[in-house]
Amino acid sequence: MLAFIIRRLFQSVIVMLAVALVSFSLFRFVGDPIVSMVGQEATLAEREALREALGLNDPFVVQFWNFIARAVQGDFGISYRLQQPVMELILSRLPATLELALISGFFAFVLGVGFGVYTALRRRGWLSNAIMTASLIGVSLPTFLIGVLLIWVFAVELQWLPSFGRGETVRLNDWWTTGFLTPSGRASLVLPAITLGLYQMTLIMRLVRAEMLEVLRTDYIKFARARGLTNRAVHFGHALKNTMVPVITITGLQLGSIIAFAIITETVFQWPGVGALFIRSVQAVDVPVMAAYLMLIALIFVIINLIVDLLYYVVDPRLRVGRAHMRH
Amino acid sequence: MPEPLLSVRDLVVEFPTRRGVLRAIDKVSFDIAEGEVLGMVGESGAGKSITGAAIIGLIEPPGRIAGGEIRLKGERIDSLSPETMRRVRGRRIGMVFQDPLTSLNPLYTVAQQLIETIRTHLDVSDKEARARAVALLDRVGIPAAARRIDDYPHHFSGGMRQRVVIALALCAEPELVIADEPTTALDVSVQAQIIDVLKEICAERGASVMLITHDMGVIAETADRVAVLYAGRLAEIGPVRDVIQAAEHPYTQGLMGSIPTLAQEHDRLVQIPGSMPRLNAIPPGCAFNPRCEQAFERCFRDRPEPLPRGGGRQVACWLYDRAGVAHG
Repeated sequence: MLAFIIRRLFQSVIVMLAVALVSFSLFRFVGDPIVSMVGQEATLAEREALREALGLNDPFVVQFWNFIARAVQGDFGISYRLQQPVMELILSRLPATLELALISGFFAFVLGVGFGVYTALRRRGWLSNAIMTASLIGVSLPTFLIGVLLIWVFAVELQWLPSFGRGETVRLNDWWTTGFLTPSGRASLVLPAITLGLYQMTLIMRLVRAEMLEVLRTDYIKFARARGLTNRAVHFGHALKNTMVPVITITGLQLGSIIAFAIITETVFQWPGVGALFIRSVQAVDVPVMAAYLMLIALIFVIINLIVDLLYYVVDPRLRVGRAHMRH
Repeated sequence: MPEPLLSVRDLVVEFPTRRGVLRAIDKVSFDIAEGEVLGMVGESGAGKSITGAAIIGLIEPPGRIAGGEIRLKGERIDSLSPETMRRVRGRRIGMVFQDPLTSLNPLYTVAQQLIETIRTHLDVSDKEARARAVALLDRVGIPAAARRIDDYPHHFSGGMRQRVVIALALCAEPELVIADEPTTALDVSVQAQIIDVLKEICAERGASVMLITHDMGVIAETADRVAVLYAGRLAEIGPVRDVIQAAEHPYTQGLMGSIPTLAQEHDRLVQIPGSMPRLNAIPPGCAFNPRCEQAFERCFRDRPEPLPRGGGRQVACWLYDRAGVAHG
């Protein structure tokens, strides 16, 4: 178990290094940073001096090493656009994105599993057919369109919910502000959370349904029925637990992509999160912010994957090693 | 004659398909006495397993029992409500499936599966259920049962898992055990052990056994009586010694002739020409007529019903109809 964790951590470090290389390469592909830093009348000698001072004449490997050394300490430099430390900028906007992602991820998971199980057990019911048909909308409509439609119906026509921003927030500590504690903060979460989570929910639902139907055909479910176990025990004790093994993987990855793809939802709802920050940074070619954002998303994916792998161990005893018995 | 434990009368099982209704079981009748082992043989697709599934009420929809009746100690069990039938399964009729590798839920320990089954049917405490489970595992031949009971199925070999499956089928003390090819998936070396365990433990408890197999050797050693199915119809039934030594139905004769014996020298084993008809292409008259070397005009016209032949034997063949037209 410990060896497994160490092995996975080692793999994670390699993944992060690869992403760091991509992020770092961004700096080199978007042109000469000196041009955007000095005025037009700067002489070649002045430019060369600045280049030397910034370490841009060092070999690639040395520059990359310096980038990583600073990144590990949370230093991604200064934003070109806002002239603030990148890390500070991202941390101040991260709570908004994380709250939105966790809420939509939670509802996507709970409703996805619930609907998936229901449609698998009542395969021919009219409600199942209705849910399955409706889920096609969730899968096929693009996120921004869903967002705009929701704004039109619930914010413009019905005027039930706000269409942009986070509402009032409460500052919990130095950098975490939450929207959970005020009515306007909670109301502001609803539409973006639905927009962000709808696709994930339908995906999880369809996956759970397919897996559950598969599991219900297995011999051990037939045997459980032949032993006279109640439907409840067969469906929720035996079938659902086996269904969850593959579902956990996908759900973990989905949570990662919810955070990553919050970009679109945050843009539509003007949500003050890191996704919106990233989009504006792209428009302004603010490379330090883009690089840091890439690293952050990669880190989140790596951590989630690690957690998913550990969850496997909890759910599936076949993966637990070290209890080697004599096999007869 | 005492009332049989199980009585099947004119059982018809149908599967509606797009190209019409298939009759998988066509008017099959037989009894199983208390404490008796009835062997059921036939080729793949002859309807052996479906007969077992019909008795325990687990025919996969859209298949259904379309006629006849099944009685357990005189009480009809083919038309019970799902909940009442669930209480019969496991408690009064146990079932052992073919493949022990897939019959057990991989995510639960043997103890969890046994205790769950015992407590579903019997009003005992958790502790007592566990004590019973350990005793039963010990009885079916699991070494160090008290320790191994907390292992997961994947810790056991195939033969050991089948012992666990037998324990699960018997843990609520059913009166009848349906064993559907219990040794087909096992090594030849452990097949005999498993059959012995099953036979002994059922004999101890006075439980009857319906042993479904295509292995005539197993039938010869284990069963009291044997029923031969062909294309969903009963061809012959009788005491196992009589049927093996002096088969009457031409199909059974062919079946016996295809088994090599050490006592005699064989130049060539007898084989039955052709193959069993598909369910949607059963010829009129006797289902065996295209392959039967002794078939005559009446076999192509009328369907033979099982005729009593004395000594508890029945055979569905016009060759033995004394009232009919003599052949040859």
